[in-house]
Amino acid sequence: MTDWIGTVIDAVYVVAVLVFILGLKALSSPETARRGILYAGVAMLIAVAVTFLSPGLSNFALIALGIGIGGLGGWYWARVVKMTAMPQMVAMFNGMGGGAAAAIAAVELLSTLSDRVTSGLSIAGAIIGSISIAGSMIAFLKLQGWMPSKAIVLPARQFVNTGVLVFGVGFGVFALWTLSAFWLLPFFVLLLVYGILLTLPIGGADMPVVISLFNALTGIAVALDGFALVNGPLGDAGYAMVIAGTLVGASGSLLTLLMAKAMNRSVSNVFFSAFGATEETGATMVGSMKPIEASDVAVMMEYAGQVIIAPGYGMAVAQAQGKVKELADILEQKGVTVKFAIHPVAGRMPGHMNVLLAEAGISYDKLFDRDEINAEFPNTDVVLVIGANDVVNPAAHRQGSPLQGMPILDVEQAKNVIVIKRGQGKGFAGIENDLFYRDNCHMLYGDAQAAVGKLVAALKK
Amino acid sequence: MATDIWTALFIALLAVFVGYEVISRVPTLLHTPLMSGSNFIHGIVLVGGIVALGLATNVAEQAIGFIAVVMGAMNVTGGYVVTERILSMFDRSKKKGGAP
Repeated sequence: MTDWIGTVIDAVYVVAVLVFILGLKALSSPETARRGILYAGVAMLIAVAVTFLSPGLSNFALIALGIGIGGLGGWYWARVVKMTAMPQMVAMFNGMGGGAAAAIAAVELLSTLSDRVTSGLSIAGAIIGSISIAGSMIAFLKLQGWMPSKAIVLPARQFVNTGVLVFGVGFGVFALWTLSAFWLLPFFVLLLVYGILLTLPIGGADMPVVISLFNALTGIAVALDGFALVNGPLGDAGYAMVIAGTLVGASGSLLTLLMAKAMNRSVSNVFFSAFGATEETGATMVGSMKPIEASDVAVMMEYAGQVIIAPGYGMAVAQAQGKVKELADILEQKGVTVKFAIHPVAGRMPGHMNVLLAEAGISYDKLFDRDEINAEFPNTDVVLVIGANDVVNPAAHRQGSPLQGMPILDVEQAKNVIVIKRGQGKGFAGIENDLFYRDNCHMLYGDAQAAVGKLVAALKK
Repeated sequence: MATDIWTALFIALLAVFVGYEVISRVPTLLHTPLMSGSNFIHGIVLVGGIVALGLATNVAEQAIGFIAVVMGAMNVTGGYVVTERILSMFDRSKKKGGAP
């Protein structure tokens, strides 16, 4: 009786894993992406459902209750939240996965702390899962604005962080050595603390790398849990976790490297340098920031052949994407070519700008990657920079600047550059933006939504 | 006993290459859905949570297993809904503004 059930469960897991791979593949092309997630969703549903049939399970009421609470909670929250809050939502749900991985490892450790191989794998899963949930929660708090998003640097940071990590892992090893569950408590506490300490000194603009890395880490934690489970009585669930977790770990790591490369920094530099906490000294700016009125900008754009809009986090904060769409529509009606220049790390998560502009209904064939659009700036009459700073800072081309070598949008080569900005402050990196002092650059001060609204109003006249 | 772990290791090695190959040429446009989608896929952790809680024999294991199931379920549904919402916007934009 249980034999054929086992076979059915195995077969379902195999199919589910296959669909996950195909779903992930489908997610890499706009035409197939939606189908991909739908299929992956169905596969997940079936995989979860057949797991209930596994022989020897008990606590069904608790399981159902847990799925009910978590499932409905996650579903409801993800449904009601505004699109602008997507980065923190991804961070939150990723953290939940990491936490689940850490909790599973904890249960495994409590029940099998006699087999050092299995428990060692659980310890590894617990380490990564704990760091992932604690770090993701800090990222969530920062993105949600419940915590300052700038880099928070504690004294003797490197020393303390390393100490916490070493002792935390040490307790885990000690638990393995003595086969005593007592040491697991300080082990988990210290690893959670390490996840918090690791993420505190990372500022908002580095979040695309951070979210992406924690996503990969959760995948790896899930895979490690899977390794620990394959030796247990219901090992087949473990294989499914190994494959799905490794898949996410590998693709997530690749995405993380892509993000870091887009800033010309290494992943370890993002995590350990407390970038943005210190300000550049010694760079003196020639010229001045020149303010401009919305009506003048409107005229300038109306008679332009091509306008390129370069959005950044400021557009997201002000939720200006709807106004930006209006602006683009009006300009196109007047015969102006409008394009969007998207820097890979503009915003707070990979592809953040694409999502917001798509939400506003801007067709994605008007959005261009940095590599595609950089050659066009010299032939562009007006570039409108909306709440972006470091990704358009020509200091990246200057020797000795902290941004040196970062691939940027070369907006300075356009005939006119208009920067919409709330005040005269510096960008996230705390570095003066050379662009603002260029002769062809003018500042349109104000909240992005209000400023673009004024442009729209002026163009309608 | 330990052969299972070796088998799993072979599988994991292959999965690394699959994960790498599958997304190695993905446009910036889809970075968010891809990340969000893979966020959903590691929701398979829920299956592990069910197994852990289902085999739990004492109160401590049940309590922690319960946390695992709640968190795993949140990961699954939240990850799915977020991805679906993001992708639905790309669809709409295609219909609205695709043709000039």
